[in-house]
Amino acid sequence: MEHSSLAGRVFRGVALALVLVFFMFPIVWIFLMSFQSNEQILRIPPRILFEPTLFNYQALISGQLRTTAGNLEISFMRNLMNSFVLSSAAVLLALLLGVPAAYAFARFKFRLGETIAFTLLSFRFAPPLLVLLPLSLYYQQLGLNDTYFGIVWVYQLIALPLILWIVRGYFEDISPDIEHAYRLAGHSWREAFTRIAVPLAGPGIAAAGLLSFIFCWNNFVFALILASADKQPVTVGALAFVTASGIQYGQIAAAIVLSVTPTLLLALYAQRYLVEGLSLGAVKG
Amino acid sequence: MARLELSSVGKAFGAVSCAADLSLAVEPGEIVAVFGPSGSGKTVLLRMIAGMFEPDEGDILVGGHSIVGAPPERLGIGMAFQNFALFPHMTARANIASGLRARGAGADVSAKVQSISHLLKIEHVLDHSPRELSNGQKQRTALARALIGNPEVLLLDDPLRNVDAKLRYEMRLELPTLLRRGSASVLYVTQDYREAMAIADRIAVLIEGRLVQVARPEEIYARPATVAVARLFGDPSINLAEVVPVAERGVLFADISGTRVRLDTADHQPMDLGACWVGVRPDDLVISQVASGDAIPARVVAVTPMHEKAVLLLRFTDGTEWLAALPPSATVADDDVFVRFAPEASLLFDRATGVRIGLPHRRQAA
Repeated sequence: MEHSSLAGRVFRGVALALVLVFFMFPIVWIFLMSFQSNEQILRIPPRILFEPTLFNYQALISGQLRTTAGNLEISFMRNLMNSFVLSSAAVLLALLLGVPAAYAFARFKFRLGETIAFTLLSFRFAPPLLVLLPLSLYYQQLGLNDTYFGIVWVYQLIALPLILWIVRGYFEDISPDIEHAYRLAGHSWREAFTRIAVPLAGPGIAAAGLLSFIFCWNNFVFALILASADKQPVTVGALAFVTASGIQYGQIAAAIVLSVTPTLLLALYAQRYLVEGLSLGAVKG
Repeated sequence: MARLELSSVGKAFGAVSCAADLSLAVEPGEIVAVFGPSGSGKTVLLRMIAGMFEPDEGDILVGGHSIVGAPPERLGIGMAFQNFALFPHMTARANIASGLRARGAGADVSAKVQSISHLLKIEHVLDHSPRELSNGQKQRTALARALIGNPEVLLLDDPLRNVDAKLRYEMRLELPTLLRRGSASVLYVTQDYREAMAIADRIAVLIEGRLVQVARPEEIYARPATVAVARLFGDPSINLAEVVPVAERGVLFADISGTRVRLDTADHQPMDLGACWVGVRPDDLVISQVASGDAIPARVVAVTPMHEKAVLLLRFTDGTEWLAALPPSATVADDDVFVRFAPEASLLFDRATGVRIGLPHRRQAA
């Protein structure tokens, strides 16, 4: 690298900048939009320089949207809270169920094992709309319609297969000898699981948890059908910005900024764990 | 301390038999090396004892009690793995202490860790994590972890495989003392016959899941049960020639490359034996520039200097190639030489079964 010419360095810089602009532009543009009024956003040509306003954020946080057609109640903060509760609970439940299951699939060969694992993965293949209609009928019968638990349960379709298959791979990468050694040292298999397997698969579990959190957070259609207004997450709640007096671009942008921030921060924080090596020099070499 | 006993142990994975009718006893304080080529079932045997697999047949006893089916944590077995299997997220100290803590050793944990790491010379790296250790230190840490609880049975799965040559030599000297300290019954798996001979009281030779010979190292070297065992012990490995020995007036002769040579009859009657292999170790060959009646004419094809010895590749007139290991001499390639060996240095094997002739016990059908 140190031998590269000046031209090479310049070219690399330009290429990097282009890629960066390509990926970052939508985020930056949305961020800028969130500080503009609808009129400022819709003016042609658009301007980079403008007088920033906190109006959009005020409207979101206070829940009062003043439009030309009148005052409108929006429950964005409640939606945000719902997103948090639903996604966290779904990921937590999926981790509780998925990590032990992934361990079982990785360590033990049992009858129909592969079939069961693949069936769980196949939930990801099915178009959600296909299962939603029968599911909503069942939910009505069971009284699960419009409950947090019902939505968390249906989110398992998203989170569980993901966690199961990612974490399984990480468990398979851990030499079983390490666990055998721990057991021979006088520990039960439960201790070997909690003190050896889970910590060593930690980065994998974190990655799988983060990914399924993002997928749950971004889900739209399950909550749209199965939950009413007070239990809906931000993705569904954003529909409220399409009002009789037009689309509230400023509020949408602010809502996007607010709803993207938690996952973005989480991803940035978890990044170093995600890339961390797994085996940590356990085995030879 | 307790005796480890395997009684007719058998194990197969699907159609592949990994162990068949294995019977072996290891006395307290004794080191038995399980030696065999790779894929001979050594590791499977060790893992059955450590409770990772259950044998399909037979029983495994420690101190007279069967341990088959017992969970590994109840066995009281110490084990060192070929790949070390250290706990990567714990320091060397925590690795070594893990067994003591689990068994409730209480306050003297740190004293015991200190003393075992002093013995293994790893005191200075106790607070390092495994990834900061050299392979030699990892291996010593793994040994310390296996030794610390004074287990009744110690299993070592080729512990020197992944360490460098210098350390392997050092450990060959240190290990016998270390392993004997707690008078445990020690089973030591290795693929290196020198390691087996250096460390063990007895060697159990395992070939294709069967114990072919269990004996003291010098006996295995001098009187291998089969031609396969003879080939495994010795570097360069034993020279073989196809012969049909003939008995004449109480003396056994064989024709090697047109020369009549006298064979050993120390532990069998001289008689016509049919198709045999005659085996002579490269160290036992004597090379001469002078022809004599019982010397096999040969041409030196190549000379390889090795340490204190030179290895000569010899070709007899009938094309048979033998190796001779000799102190370096003036012999060079393309010399014509004459090869002799003392009758006592020859070993005879039945060509059909591979079994050594003259060993009435342990003779078995192929």
